[in-house]
Amino acid sequence: MAEAAPLAVGRTWRRPPFIANARLRWLLWIGVAVYLAAALGTLDLNWQRMAQGLERGQRFVSGFLPPDFSSRGEAIFEGVLESLWMAFAATVVGIVLSIPIGVGGARNLVPQPVYAVCRSIMAVSRTLPEILVAILFVKLFGFGTFAGFMTLTFATVGYFGKLLAEDIESANQAPLEAMRASGATWLQRLNYAVQPLVMPRAIGIAIYRLDMNFRESAVIGIVGAGGIGATLNTAFDRYEYPSAAAILLVIIVIVLGSEYLSAYCRRLVR
Amino acid sequence: MPTVTQGGTRLWRRMSAEASFKRWVLWLIATAVFVWCWQKISAGTEWSFVLDAPAQGADILDRMIPPEWGYAKTLGRPLWDTLNMATLGTMIAVVIAVPLAFLAAQNTTPSGLFARPFALFCIVASRSINSVIWALVLVLILGPGVLSGTIAIALRSVGFIGKLLYEAIEETDRRPRDAIASTGASQGQVIAYAVVPQIMPVFAGIAVFRWDINIRESTILGLVGAGGLGLQLNAAIGNLDWSHVSVILLAIFATVIVSEWVSARVRKAVT
Repeated sequence: MAEAAPLAVGRTWRRPPFIANARLRWLLWIGVAVYLAAALGTLDLNWQRMAQGLERGQRFVSGFLPPDFSSRGEAIFEGVLESLWMAFAATVVGIVLSIPIGVGGARNLVPQPVYAVCRSIMAVSRTLPEILVAILFVKLFGFGTFAGFMTLTFATVGYFGKLLAEDIESANQAPLEAMRASGATWLQRLNYAVQPLVMPRAIGIAIYRLDMNFRESAVIGIVGAGGIGATLNTAFDRYEYPSAAAILLVIIVIVLGSEYLSAYCRRLVR
Repeated sequence: MPTVTQGGTRLWRRMSAEASFKRWVLWLIATAVFVWCWQKISAGTEWSFVLDAPAQGADILDRMIPPEWGYAKTLGRPLWDTLNMATLGTMIAVVIAVPLAFLAAQNTTPSGLFARPFALFCIVASRSINSVIWALVLVLILGPGVLSGTIAIALRSVGFIGKLLYEAIEETDRRPRDAIASTGASQGQVIAYAVVPQIMPVFAGIAVFRWDINIRESTILGLVGAGGLGLQLNAAIGNLDWSHVSVILLAIFATVIVSEWVSARVRKAVT
């Protein structure tokens, strides 16, 4: 033996790094550093403007306080209601439309061409940001809740359809096989083998989507698609900051409430 | 198994009479609510505009095609701004969200009475306001530009990253923690040697996932004045420059798809 076996004494243990490949690790660090230098270099921060902004921000924040719920109370209430029914109607129509698309996007139920068409509909709906769709629909349908309703419906189709399709694909295939063996038609298979398996989760997703649609309705209103967002935008445009603060608080409270409610309902269904 | 007797033979039914009645009532209520909602929407709609929509759509599409490709050259800088808003915003959010998550997780919080509710409140407040609304407020305070967008993205992402991360921390296996603690390690050492290695892959996944969402959001923040592609889009729509609008929309589309692809690759690599 030319060398003595290495002694454990005197050596210290070191935690294995997260990225095992040392070269990749260093490359990543260097990449991050170069990127940060480039990004911060082009950010062109206007410190003067920011200093002004801080002062202005203070005034602005104090302009927000105290939130004024009463002078626009009726408009806020109307806006919230408008958002609620917009979200509900859009969820219902969106889900009704997305059921055939979702079923068509399940590889184990339909032939390849149908699958491709349905999947691409979902992809388009999910890739376009909702606010862009809202702008487009406001141009097409005019200001108001109908444009908002159409936007949310469009978004729901992509979201619900995709999750439904994936659920169907990952559900237990044995009942489907059994139904086929008994000579059931395609519709019967769908009704008795697929639907009972995916229904509980689908209801959960539907409730969650309702919650999401309400939250989104606060945003798409800013570009003219009705709801609480439109009320918020009006308050900003009129420099009624105390009312705007009140609306923001109302949105936060309702979003929180609907989140807990939707979590509760989903637990109930499961 | 619910059955009915019909002409002497027992027939299988999926639901008992009571269950199907309950379902029927639920459907009735849901339908009634929907009809009521629809009436409200319909009352506030100028139907002649809606009927006009296909013609309008065809008109806009006609002006959008062909896209004016030369315009794409001027989009480099806005695209860079968009990427920066998303990336820097995500980085800032990570820096804020990681300590918050450790404060919020039941098993690592230093005080369940003060620190935990405070951290949870920060996470919830950040999550319940959309980044567009954050941007709307920040543009008023800090002025229009990339900085407002970056901070808006960061503020919104803190809640998202914080929530997923603290849930991951709470789900960690407690045995390594106990083992490290039993060697006499301090709380900080327990976190560094027992908790961090367990959540690292989840953390990387969450951060990249949020970055992907942020790219999508930062493309539109310009609509309220926060820089990036959205600013160009807003200007083009305002000028009714539809051949420019289509170029910008394609740019947004491409950016979103690339970021989604990158994020999917990275998430696959770390988990």
